[in-house]
Amino acid sequence: MAIDAIVLNEADNVATAVQDLKAGQEASVRLNRLLNTIGIKEDIPYGHKFAVKPVRSGDDILKYGEVIGRATADIAVGCHAHVQNIESMRGRGDLGKGA
Amino acid sequence: MEFMGYRRSDGTVGTRNYVGVLSAVVCVNEVVEGIVRQVQGTARFTHHQGCCQTPLDIGLVNKALKGLGCNPNLHSVLLISLGCESTNLEEVIAAIRASGKRVEHLAVQETGGSARTIAQGVLLAQEMVGEASRRQREPFPISNLVMGMKCGSSDTTSGLVPNPAIGVTSDLLVAAGGVSILGEVTEFIGAEHILIRHAANETVAQGILKLVERMEKRAMAVGEDIRGGQPTGGNIKGGLTTIEEKSLGAIAKAGTAPIQAVYEYGERPTVKGLVVMDSPGREPEILTGLAAAGANVIVFATGRGAPQGFPFVPVLKITGSRTAAEKMSDHIDMDLSAVIDGGDTIPDAGQRILEELVRVASGAMTKAEISGYVNSMDIYMLGPVI
Repeated sequence: MAIDAIVLNEADNVATAVQDLKAGQEASVRLNRLLNTIGIKEDIPYGHKFAVKPVRSGDDILKYGEVIGRATADIAVGCHAHVQNIESMRGRGDLGKGA
Repeated sequence: MEFMGYRRSDGTVGTRNYVGVLSAVVCVNEVVEGIVRQVQGTARFTHHQGCCQTPLDIGLVNKALKGLGCNPNLHSVLLISLGCESTNLEEVIAAIRASGKRVEHLAVQETGGSARTIAQGVLLAQEMVGEASRRQREPFPISNLVMGMKCGSSDTTSGLVPNPAIGVTSDLLVAAGGVSILGEVTEFIGAEHILIRHAANETVAQGILKLVERMEKRAMAVGEDIRGGQPTGGNIKGGLTTIEEKSLGAIAKAGTAPIQAVYEYGERPTVKGLVVMDSPGREPEILTGLAAAGANVIVFATGRGAPQGFPFVPVLKITGSRTAAEKMSDHIDMDLSAVIDGGDTIPDAGQRILEELVRVASGAMTKAEISGYVNSMDIYMLGPVI
């Protein structure tokens, strides 16, 4: 069965769309053998991410079970998670270089 | 799990059994071609280096040729030189002989030109192939597999399916006592702080950071900052948000095993488990580096479909894109798109890659081998041609 989005690690709070998704639709989201349905709130283009858990501003964004950035605004489940609400933690003087 | 391989006297195990015909220098590539074309059972290694280079780069040429000659997939080696190259032939020959392999050497200027060298080389290679072909495959545990990893011609699906699936394969191989080599240092940039969390110890962590810093400095020395503008506009349009995310997609191939050691380009790992090797991302140089490090199999994740193979190490092409699997069917070995549009999962796909790898290691031919698209090779250079 075709799925709409994939979650790569159980710790992740975002899924990646593998189809173009439309606001208002129900998306089938898979994490290995688990299949969930999530209501999509905004259009999500193929390859883009959306929140699968509620994200508060300042929270870490997790994909592959690793931090890929930090939320700069609250992101509701089913909403587009991208450059408009996520910032990189790299090259930041206040965070220091490396680990 | 076991595969059927060729026992070598230095304790390594080959998945192929070729007589390697190696160029010592760019100038004799045509002689090597002339020999290989006429003798079944040989595999070539030609390249563009070995003369008019900095001492550092000549050192890399020596190291690469030694490593390639010692690769377990070669039964024996015929080295062709010109006679005036910078490559240190004595050092290369001695190192390959020390691995227990027969090494023959012809210098074109001594033998008397290309026609005579090709003729003598053909006769020598025929005899060597006769010897090699008497060797039989025997069962060996997969702890004897040394798996090189690579991704190329990537797209959105690469980071979602084949790279994480290869990460599972790598974890399984490492758990079974094998070796898995992660290269493509360029792709660590932005995720090195995450990668070093997988380092087995502080020395390894510092080694990884040093490789990344060196790669960045090298790019900056020619007036470029490869970190600038990452992720690119195209990446962002495609859905990648941060440099961390982009790099994580590539290093997902490393799985979850601890990184045991960091090696220079073409250096053979002396430990088991997951290791990192300095190398760029471009196919000819990384495939050569992996082969020189002793990889007897290579897995290659692709999104759009990359055709490259290597002359004597099987390269297994894996995609998560149904489009690539269909359009590039003569190059793609495994279609994992069912993870996206079927009932497949990444852990299952990773297990299947390992099973296919065992079949390939035992002699099943890859698409690159069948099509003969196997000549993606060259030695990595750090300095200019002078």
